[in-house]
Amino acid sequence: MAKAVRSPLSDALWRRPNLLLLLLITPPLLWLGIVYIGSLFALLVQSFFSIDEFSGLINYEFTLKTYGELLRASNFDILVRTIAMASAVTIGAAIVAFPIAYYAARYARGKWKAVFYLGVMLPLWSSYLVKVYSWKLILAKEGILNWLFETLHLSWVLEAYLSIPGIGGNSLSVSWTGTFLVFLYVWLPFMILPIQASLERVPPSMLEASGDLGAKPGQTLRHVILPLALPGIIAGSIFTFSLTMGDYIIPQIVGTSARMIGQAVYQFQGTAGNIPLAAAFAVVPIVVMGIYLTLAKRAGAFDAL
Amino acid sequence: MTVAIKFSGVSRHFGIVRAVDGVNLEIAEGEFFALLGPSGSGKTTCLRLIAGFEQPTAGSIAIFGEDATQVPPYRRPVNTVFQDYALFPHLNVRDNIAYGLMVRGDGKSARRAAADEGLELVALDGFGDRKPSELSGGQRQRVALARALVMKPKVLLLDEPLGALDLKLREQMQSELKSLQRRLGIAFVFVTHDQGEALSMADRVAVFNEGQIQQVGSPEDVYDRPQAPFVADFVGASNVLPADIVNAVIGTHAAASLRPEAITLGSGPLGGVVEAQAFLGSATRIEVRCNRQIIKVLIPKGGVVPAIGEVVQMGWAPGALHMMDGAHG
Repeated sequence: MAKAVRSPLSDALWRRPNLLLLLLITPPLLWLGIVYIGSLFALLVQSFFSIDEFSGLINYEFTLKTYGELLRASNFDILVRTIAMASAVTIGAAIVAFPIAYYAARYARGKWKAVFYLGVMLPLWSSYLVKVYSWKLILAKEGILNWLFETLHLSWVLEAYLSIPGIGGNSLSVSWTGTFLVFLYVWLPFMILPIQASLERVPPSMLEASGDLGAKPGQTLRHVILPLALPGIIAGSIFTFSLTMGDYIIPQIVGTSARMIGQAVYQFQGTAGNIPLAAAFAVVPIVVMGIYLTLAKRAGAFDAL
Repeated sequence: MTVAIKFSGVSRHFGIVRAVDGVNLEIAEGEFFALLGPSGSGKTTCLRLIAGFEQPTAGSIAIFGEDATQVPPYRRPVNTVFQDYALFPHLNVRDNIAYGLMVRGDGKSARRAAADEGLELVALDGFGDRKPSELSGGQRQRVALARALVMKPKVLLLDEPLGALDLKLREQMQSELKSLQRRLGIAFVFVTHDQGEALSMADRVAVFNEGQIQQVGSPEDVYDRPQAPFVADFVGASNVLPADIVNAVIGTHAAASLRPEAITLGSGPLGGVVEAQAFLGSATRIEVRCNRQIIKVLIPKGGVVPAIGEVVQMGWAPGALHMMDGAHG
């Protein structure tokens, strides 16, 4: 004890653990508070201003006029389209991700677990743009998917699908289906990982207990596994939903010319110089997420937490 | 006597590990049956084989005379109380208890009535609206018990249900389980590594070691008349005397068991040096070395405890030395 090297700093921090916590948490808190929340707040404020249609100058008076513009048919279409796409991508991702996450949580051990993590994370390591452009090639008329359908003499199936109005188009790469597939691919890891984490916490005995009490596997899935995975599904859907709502690159490269919220924000704040409208558009995803989470909480999605 | 559970040559191997190895076993209807053994002895795997969570590698299992080997857990007339209780965290206590009725399709009012009845059975009236996370360990255990019992199983399986409870609660639950079993009249199959628990609660005990049953019998049988050195040693830490010592003392060449409390100090055929003492409260245990053998002796409170290093002679009443016929050691 007496021979121990004196280190007054360590001793002082040991005696006052709150001080250490304060030192650790202040820098990130400042970063979050000022840079992040601050800019978000600035955005919110902007959305309550309006633009003078003749001079193009911003009128710094509080008004709801800009929000009213969101309801104009052309703008409202953008909102509906974006929310529909985000919902479709979220539901699709949940359906595709669940079996993968279930396998990883229940059955994969040792080496296979590593293979799972690698497989899920690998797409995240390459550039986002590279992935999107490679999907454009895959989905193009001269692309590998078309070739595959041709080789299997199933081109008529693809043709029939592409002739469906709304989701079809000239080729997959210029259809909403194409946009959907690329979104699904790009955000899938963000859905798989939270679901896997939530399933990992379900002890095997809980599933055995359900079977022991007479539940068939399907009932166990419905009454035990899904409710316990729900927080993970919700966490994943926060990612897929908000990332889809805010994205402006994928719909620009793959899909039709109709715009989504991200593209609208990009154009209004850039080319059009209409910052208030851009801000109003940008507020929409935040509000939608707020409503979504409130509903999820009401429905008891977080009860298992 | 109706046979509730019958194992015929049942084995369960995991790769090269023989968790259960050629077990034959019959458990009668209405019997309190304990599967006793150290961890890894195959007792829990046996319970899981009855519940249907494991499939036997060889042999067959019959439940009330019907072959159950290929029957999935959800169609077996048995229910389990899990070691970790396995309560559903997203459901409140009432819905946990009524879970089995819910998946069976019972109506809401029937479920509620059954759940309240179950709560009453385990003395948890009024806890129906709580979440499992708001209960203590002992309360969770009772909920797990009620959840299994509302299914009216013909056999209740309990996997070390008292393992996580503190001593006082354990003793209380032991007597409650015992009286519950008598009241319901169904078979309880109880897995434990605690020989005291097995002896005090069970009508019959099966002692497991390395995947095989060493002995099946009443608590008195396995305690007083162990058929194998393992049983003598594991059930109540009996002294196992090797054949050469027994031969030198009474002239019979066979291994024998001798209970620590059956030994009296003073005079007798066996001598040794006291090596260790342990005060146990109601008694003192000493260890006496005779050549390479350590003999444990229990001296009741008030008796004279020899000092370490002292040379003592040990004797016992006629009949206390139990010859082990099935001894293979």
